[in-house]
Amino acid sequence: MTDQTEFTAALLDPSMALPAGLLDPKGLPTPKRFAVYRNNVAVSLTDALEAAFPVIYKLVGPDFFRAMAGIYLRQHPPKTPMMMFYGQDMPAFLQQFEPAQKIGYLPDIAQLELAIRQSYHAADSSAIAPDVLQNMPPDQLMTARLSLAPSMQMVTSPWPIHAIWQVNMSSGAPKPQMQAEEVLITRPEYDPQVALLPPGAATFITALRTKSFGEAFSDAAELTPDFDLTITLGALLAGGAITNIIET
Amino acid sequence: MSNQVKTLAVAGAVAAALTAYSTTTVNAQAQEKCYGVSLAGENGCAAGPGTSCAGTSTVDYQGNAWTLVEAGTCADIELPAMADGSEREGSLEALDRDLPA
Repeated sequence: MTDQTEFTAALLDPSMALPAGLLDPKGLPTPKRFAVYRNNVAVSLTDALEAAFPVIYKLVGPDFFRAMAGIYLRQHPPKTPMMMFYGQDMPAFLQQFEPAQKIGYLPDIAQLELAIRQSYHAADSSAIAPDVLQNMPPDQLMTARLSLAPSMQMVTSPWPIHAIWQVNMSSGAPKPQMQAEEVLITRPEYDPQVALLPPGAATFITALRTKSFGEAFSDAAELTPDFDLTITLGALLAGGAITNIIET
Repeated sequence: MSNQVKTLAVAGAVAAALTAYSTTTVNAQAQEKCYGVSLAGENGCAAGPGTSCAGTSTVDYQGNAWTLVEAGTCADIELPAMADGSEREGSLEALDRDLPA
């Protein structure tokens, strides 16, 4: 009997021979049956990638995408039977995939599409009532720690990824302007919401995970002197991303 | 920035963010799932592969596919009439019209 390693390798590499021991009811080797299985694996994983990266698909077109998916799925076959996170290696893959080099923003768009999917599948959480924030004396808020929703994700890029994503996902979106963008993904209701953050917000939100509110604000204000805390907090509140405030 | 100035800046920003939040919540429409109004492949869902919902509606205005719309507007969305000339309307519950063959 053939072992699974050989079977898996042959499944993904059409140049490899039929794994030994695969026989039809008459006891003969079954190259055609195996070819059907091989094809189904490749086609279904290509379809999965298409569902996972709709904007990448639109940006490069069907022919490019399917050819690229054929290479990706052989280099990065699924690691678990669950398809919901398939495609985790796409940003790194696109970074080194020669034919995609001309479109520099592709890896970051792939990262954004992954983050949206992660947000969708993340655990539920309930947001704090805004008056908790309102009733907290400023001195206490400065030393307090914020807990963030598991569905909250952030992606930063030197490219206008939010604008590129929008122009491909909704009609009538403005034309992307060349600028770095920081994107916040939240899930206030059923579906993830994608919002553009002001510059410096990513530094602030990342710092919130390990530091106090005041320290996080200092970090952001130091790197980005005109960091806009009002808009940043507004985006976090609107997205239901703050789940707890812990006084220290 | 001294700590006191920082605290003041933060307090101001928090107050402004809360004001903005409460006014948008009052004005913002709640959303609801509206069935039977989305074009093929454009139904709402961000779940990706391995689920049965991500842009998988295969016919226009498919009755069991939904899109989030502003609450109260679902039945008002203008849609082309059905093949038999009767009116086509969105619905808050899944419909049995326009299902893929």
